[in-house]
Amino acid sequence: MAASPRLWTTLTEPLIRQNPITLQILGICSALAVTTALDTALTMAASLTVVLVLSAGIISMIRKMIPGTIRLIVQITIVASLVIVIDQILQAYFFDISRRLSVFVSLITTNCLVLGRTESFARNNPPLASMVDALGNGLGYSLILVVIGALREVLGRGKLFGFEVLPTVDQGGWFTPFNLMLLAPSAFFMLGGLVWAVRSALPEQAEPIEHTPPEVEEPSR
Amino acid sequence: MSDFFGLFLSAMFVDNMPLTLFLGLCTFLALSRRPGTAVGLGIAVIAAMGFTVPLNQLIYTSVLAPGALAWAGFPDLDLSYLSLLSFIGVIAATVQLTEMVIDRFFPRIYAAFGVFLPLLTVHCAILAGSLFMVERNLTFTQSIAFGLGSGAGFAIAVITLSAIRVRLAYADLPSGLRGLGITFLLTGLMSLGFSAFAQMVAQ
Repeated sequence: MAASPRLWTTLTEPLIRQNPITLQILGICSALAVTTALDTALTMAASLTVVLVLSAGIISMIRKMIPGTIRLIVQITIVASLVIVIDQILQAYFFDISRRLSVFVSLITTNCLVLGRTESFARNNPPLASMVDALGNGLGYSLILVVIGALREVLGRGKLFGFEVLPTVDQGGWFTPFNLMLLAPSAFFMLGGLVWAVRSALPEQAEPIEHTPPEVEEPSR
Repeated sequence: MSDFFGLFLSAMFVDNMPLTLFLGLCTFLALSRRPGTAVGLGIAVIAAMGFTVPLNQLIYTSVLAPGALAWAGFPDLDLSYLSLLSFIGVIAATVQLTEMVIDRFFPRIYAAFGVFLPLLTVHCAILAGSLFMVERNLTFTQSIAFGLGSGAGFAIAVITLSAIRVRLAYADLPSGLRGLGITFLLTGLMSLGFSAFAQMVAQ
């Protein structure tokens, strides 16, 4: 199949190089709120990927029928219906996690990542390519979520998936948990550090200087 | 009255949308480069939240809540699973309507704020305002206070961040940290500051 190498790059590009969170600045809201523990992060990542792939497929299939002026409302309605289905499934089978995620599952509807991908890719491409692109972006998003979730849970509680990894002090071990890791600010610091790391490794992602400092001659004495 | 004001302040500082609940971050980060745009976005968010949260509260209590349609002969009907769809519909319709009205009657305001209006449809904080309203069982007056307070909290945060970012324009940062990276670290520091407000309402 001649198209397969192109599909493969569509799938792998968003993982690191075009990562939706660190480069495209999409879908950050949920990325930070649900990452205090690894299991909520994984649930969120899985739900988002499913919604993203399905909505990209559906919207791409009916892309020639949607009038341009109301396309935003049509897209949001499709996404919202999918999210309601996911939310009901989570409430039925994973009630604990669904309660801890509270409104954030519903907020997938307004996740910029979903609308960003449907607007910029699914609207102009055939269903298969759009779904592959959506899958790639969903996986790139999941990757960041899992990394941050795992780091915050290990450093904040000394546990991973609820199992002890680093023995904490009050259990007779040596590790003092950083309580800050469970609070809001650490998520920002963590993501900032991650962005820094990725952009140092791939220097072409660095943003251009906005203002070039004026050339001022050193005062000579 | 003190209840109204207390709820307003707690929505504004303690449960600050972008800094402690991580909501509306996409626009928060993307539109905070210049104080001018940040002020415009802040005003648009306050107006949108102050209007849609009470409106959604009315819709929820009169149609969607379990047993709300008892007067029509459906006491067992529970439509609350439709709340997400109707909330987002209300928000999208309000935004579209406001945009058209402003464009028709106040073209100068439209030129200044018009670009932000479509963005508000996909603004997490506005939808989250309505969802939190349901989760916390707010009454109609409370929902007005909550909507306005959350909007004002967002406005404060985004204006402050843009003011800091303008100061950083000439700072000599490592190239990997420029732009998004430093903004995250700044937001983290601001969030650390705002977490001090959490003590404020505890009493």
